[in-house]
Amino acid sequence: MLARFHRFRLWQRHRLISLVPLAAITLFLPLLSPSAYYYRIAALVFIFAIASVGLNLLMGFAGQVSLGHAGFMGLGAYAVAIGPAQLGIPPLFSFAIGAMLSALVAFVVGRPILRLKGHYLAVATLGFGVLLAIVFANEANWTGGPDGMTVAQLTLLNWPLRGADTWYWVSAISFLVSATLALNLIDSPTGRALRAIRDSEIAARVIGVDVAQKKLMIFVVSAVYASVAGSYFALLNGYITPDASGFLRSIELVAMVVLGGMGSVTGSLVGSALLVILPQALTFFHDYEHMALGLITMSVMIFMPRGIVPSLAAALSGRAK
Amino acid sequence: MAEFLQFIFSGLTVGAIYALVAIGFTLIYNASDVVNFAQGEFVMLGGMTTVFLGYAGLPLPLAALVAILFTTAVGLFLYYFAIKTARGADAVTLIIITIGASIFLRGAAEIVFDKRFHSLPPLFGDAPIRFGGAAILPQSLAVLAGAVVIVALLWVFIDRTLFGKAVIATSANRTAARLVGIDIRVIVGVCFALSAAIGAVAGILITPITLTSYNTGTLLALKGFAAVMLGGIGSALGAVVGGVLLGLFEAFAAGYISAEYKDAVAFLVILAVLFAMPQGLFGKATVERV
Amino acid sequence: MTALSAERLSVSFGGVRAVDAVSFDVAPGTVFAIIGPNGAGKTTLFNLMSGLYPPDDGRVLLGGTNVTDLPPEQLARRGLSRTFQNLQIFSHLTAIENVMVGRHRHEATGIVADLLHLPAVGRQNRRTREAATKALARVGIEDMAELPAGYLAYGDLKRLEIARALASEPTVLLLDEPAAGCNPVETGEIEDIIRGIVRNDITVVLVEHDMRLVMKVSNRIHVLANGRTLAEGTAAEIRTNPAVIETYLGVHGTHEAAGAVG
Repeated sequence: MLARFHRFRLWQRHRLISLVPLAAITLFLPLLSPSAYYYRIAALVFIFAIASVGLNLLMGFAGQVSLGHAGFMGLGAYAVAIGPAQLGIPPLFSFAIGAMLSALVAFVVGRPILRLKGHYLAVATLGFGVLLAIVFANEANWTGGPDGMTVAQLTLLNWPLRGADTWYWVSAISFLVSATLALNLIDSPTGRALRAIRDSEIAARVIGVDVAQKKLMIFVVSAVYASVAGSYFALLNGYITPDASGFLRSIELVAMVVLGGMGSVTGSLVGSALLVILPQALTFFHDYEHMALGLITMSVMIFMPRGIVPSLAAALSGRAK
Repeated sequence: MAEFLQFIFSGLTVGAIYALVAIGFTLIYNASDVVNFAQGEFVMLGGMTTVFLGYAGLPLPLAALVAILFTTAVGLFLYYFAIKTARGADAVTLIIITIGASIFLRGAAEIVFDKRFHSLPPLFGDAPIRFGGAAILPQSLAVLAGAVVIVALLWVFIDRTLFGKAVIATSANRTAARLVGIDIRVIVGVCFALSAAIGAVAGILITPITLTSYNTGTLLALKGFAAVMLGGIGSALGAVVGGVLLGLFEAFAAGYISAEYKDAVAFLVILAVLFAMPQGLFGKATVERV
Repeated sequence: MTALSAERLSVSFGGVRAVDAVSFDVAPGTVFAIIGPNGAGKTTLFNLMSGLYPPDDGRVLLGGTNVTDLPPEQLARRGLSRTFQNLQIFSHLTAIENVMVGRHRHEATGIVADLLHLPAVGRQNRRTREAATKALARVGIEDMAELPAGYLAYGDLKRLEIARALASEPTVLLLDEPAAGCNPVETGEIEDIIRGIVRNDITVVLVEHDMRLVMKVSNRIHVLANGRTLAEGTAAEIRTNPAVIETYLGVHGTHEAAGAVG
């Protein structure tokens, strides 16, 4: 058994190995000549996968929790909406500003919030996310209130980004880039320090890791990931409502991370795919969407808290657990 | 002055509900270390079930009773099928499980009931009682009375019965309680059942004033949690005081600052307490042993 | 100059004086043992010296510098490292990754370089891995490098923690009951490891209940009871000290200790 285990570890050694199947999927799907509808779904999967990877870095690797991450998606989304519409800032700059704003908010809020642990941290992040959603819903002059607002198209050097197929490539490539960054981080001094923090903050501190600073850094990184995803989401849909930053959306993100596998970048894509595609596939179950989300979240946390990809990987390598 | 008094009345009324939700939280947390997010759904189910059973033709007192029993059953289900099965999971996993349960119940309510707001007839009519230039609804008095009765009954149960002592023992040290023969599953199950029943009663009492709908649970759970944090997690007295205080803060903020951001008060309270005074008013700080 | 000094350290928890005006000096390159009955305050003393919480009174000096209120991560940077009585292993990491984290204060890349995996990061990873492998070899578990830490046996985990602490290249190493739960063979291995550590000019401060090990390996012994110093001296002095015998060693313990030294 040990020999089989060592062989598995060998081909898993290169940090970017999981990019290969991910890139293959990206290139393979368009070969099926999908319609605009399917391109759109695929784009949504990649968009949410970006947010999931970011949240996974925070939860799966650093062992923290955020039940308010959709708030950052909302910041990114409303940035690309409000920038051009209300402030005359071109969409591309608005996109960048959204990301920087999310980073700043994460930095300011993260410092005190990350001193908390366990359910205190969970509820604090939850509260933070809901607060943002309330602000988006109330400040109708800026955000169009509960009904939302339209989002102008993004133009890249005179080339308008429209069409589901265009957004497919934009989101797929962005996902591959964000996955690469995450995989790079994991196999690095910072990554090891973060993973150590998850298991024992005290031991990490005693060994010289500045735990508070590392947690804050990864919180900021994950916020930027969410902001980028949120901006893409708004630009793809051409419309944004406060729901995009609400409590249910935050829980969906957590469900994606846990379902796919905490600590697995591939898992983030799997989790996102499941939670985006399932409601679409079972359209006549649309009414049951919330029940299904609740049931999935519960079942995964009860029966398979490690998630799909790590459980599969363990089964394949013959480990008993 | 009249305005001030008016805010006090509305603050106390809604504060009483927050206090009941907070007590439900505390009961379950003390017995099992679980922060039960579905607490708000118990309140929602109490009100909504009564309403729809009423529509179905049941006399309201009977409908209320059935609703309370039904919600209690839901609470027991939640414990036995979700929490007990996940035994040994860490705090965050457990809270996410209860969040999943709350979303599930909310989704089910959306389908079984509907998405509109519903009301119940008030217990003692709706003629407001004038007092010092302010008006208080008879139903508000019913809510306050109900809350006092429930807290008193709970106190008698915990303090004066053998079963109540078992609950205290379980809260203090689960392993020791098991070693002296207490069946934890029964104790925790009863706490879930009690919390659900209390929540349901709260829901029935408040519906004539604030109306109810499938999604009122979520916000209630968050506010109940804010009350618990303010009062100090694990303290029953804290739960009551925290709930009432939160209701008052909300009423004053809505009246004097901004009605739109009324709901934000609870979250600001959570964040403020967590940063300034994490153990709350009556809780105790814990130390991690290395 | 002493490697590590405690000056009248005191701390209370909820009215209980856990450590009461304890003072000692540890000479560099020696093994200094702290012994005493359970609840005497030994681990609390360790926690004070490694910055986990500040003392109510007194000072901690590392290499002559006052480090009393510094947090653990800063103490680590000044060359203090420790192991834990109740193992604090990074169970989601492999054995070698645990030790690689121990190299953290010697690693120079920042988060941006790490995200982009610049060539410096690859070189850093290699250097860290080499140092970690050496540390694993020093405690004798190099063949378990790639196993998830959760798979290792208790005795191996104790050695893994030592390897991790050694990887940070400390000047002073605090070992909190390294032989706890170990059988005589494993304890012998711990003894060899400690001697090896001291040969590399690292100062060792040891909390331990195993009297044989303590008597064999320590240059000086400090006895603690009820948070207060009971006695301090060489192994021979301590095992014949009447107060120590009465409070802690007992008659059997004296024989055991004698057997270890004689």
